[in-house]
Amino acid sequence: MKKYLSFFRLRFTMGLQYRAAALAGIVTQFTWGFMEVMMFRAFYRSDASAFPMSFSATASYVWLQQAFLAFFMVWMMENEIFDSIINGNIAYELCRPINLYNMWFSRSMATRLSRAVLRCFPVLGVAFFVPSPYGLEPPADFFHFALFLVTLVLGFAVTVSFCMLIYFFTFFTVSPQGLRILFTSLVEFFAGAVIPLPFFPENIQRIMEALPFAAMQNVSLRIFSGSMNEVQMQKAVALQVFWLLVLTAAGKLLCRFAEKKVTIQGG
Amino acid sequence: MKTIRKSFHLYLHYISINIRSMMQYKTSFFLSAMGQFLVSFNVFLGIFFMFRRFRTVEDFSYGEVLLCFSIVLLEFSLAEMFVRGFDAFSGIVRSGEFDRILVRPQNEILQVLGSRFELSRIGRMIQAIVMFVYGVANSHVNWNLSKAVTVIFMLIGGTAVFSALFLIYAALCFFTLEGLEFMNVFTDGAREFGKYPIGIYGKKMLLFTTFLVPYALIQYYPLLYLLGKRESVLYLFMPLFACLFLLPAFLLWKFGVRHYKSSGS
Repeated sequence: MKKYLSFFRLRFTMGLQYRAAALAGIVTQFTWGFMEVMMFRAFYRSDASAFPMSFSATASYVWLQQAFLAFFMVWMMENEIFDSIINGNIAYELCRPINLYNMWFSRSMATRLSRAVLRCFPVLGVAFFVPSPYGLEPPADFFHFALFLVTLVLGFAVTVSFCMLIYFFTFFTVSPQGLRILFTSLVEFFAGAVIPLPFFPENIQRIMEALPFAAMQNVSLRIFSGSMNEVQMQKAVALQVFWLLVLTAAGKLLCRFAEKKVTIQGG
Repeated sequence: MKTIRKSFHLYLHYISINIRSMMQYKTSFFLSAMGQFLVSFNVFLGIFFMFRRFRTVEDFSYGEVLLCFSIVLLEFSLAEMFVRGFDAFSGIVRSGEFDRILVRPQNEILQVLGSRFELSRIGRMIQAIVMFVYGVANSHVNWNLSKAVTVIFMLIGGTAVFSALFLIYAALCFFTLEGLEFMNVFTDGAREFGKYPIGIYGKKMLLFTTFLVPYALIQYYPLLYLLGKRESVLYLFMPLFACLFLLPAFLLWKFGVRHYKSSGS
């Protein structure tokens, strides 16, 4: 456990170095959030009764999504891992007395966390002062906030464990391009990154909510803005735990299989 | 005249080299083309499901929004295909490659343009064309000559505006060496949010996109004419005014070239 923690710390401090990039990211995220809120406003003005959740809840959803982008965007994967699989550097990793899965897991978590830490506070801070209903509304009570934090961590872990599957699939396909493109666009759509899940028609939404992708950003962002009732929350958290276990188990299995079959590319 | 023809020939030659080299990696080409397709397909799905729930957005129907989305996507992918060389320009400056470009007896813009030609953007373009046909079928536009001309003007103007933005992005690299990530807001952001007519984002946004970065001139105003919401012929010619945006971009580029200090080794 200790070695993975130090891997984590190493990557985390490394990620914190990229402050100029983070500043540019903050500007981008803020503009994105602003435009998204304006877009929803236009739909709200056209037909308020068709809105599946309150407008301020939608705005909060958008702002949180922008603030925690680094937690949930599947396309932010570690290029170094892909490179090592392609160019054969993976051989060095395999020599080390460590578990590959755990190391990459802690490493991905650290990179994403460092990015999120640098970016989330300015975005959240500004969004908080945007006049209501366009800004970020605080959650209804402490219970919702606590549950938000718990589900945020769970969703983050589900996202990372899903990315791990893609890394290990690359062992078999060698070129990661196709897999990455396919999975990232798939996840974006089903996770509610294109439009929040409540905006989908009910029968489609019911299917989507059972998929692992809904266990990523959907749950925590909706709990924060209070657009889930108690039964829905219980179900959603249970599903999150379930998918985290399934995805991690699948990843570990795939890892063992890949390690046995590994072909080293390059010299 | 002769030099223009010669440059054009040279440019075609550059393109053919680029395509041939790309075709050495056919799978990679198809995958990236497919990726371009999928990414914009997600945007389409977003629009589709929003309109399952809402009938209209500020008086624009589903078909009308699709028309708007497809035209912007087409403008963007055209610009991206031809002017992509400027996108990788920070690399050219940092590696000192630009020194080599300067000593050759050819226009430097032409050489940068020729350094990259992204045929894989065809994925996005196919998507745009399919959406355009779908949008035309759904939007009940009374087509006549002036409407067809409007679409052509929109494509010309839009490609010009996006090219100008790529040019500005590259010109800024002379001063910063790094590509400035926030410029993506103006290019990718415009593509992403240009899917809806700009008018829906509010009055201030409309003012900004009319006078500062002329997106509205290539999207919102001519679209109103196209959909028969406005009659004035002035709206038809607005995309051509937008081409003037190339001028400040070009001046900034010239200014950058004059102040270029080699950084490479």
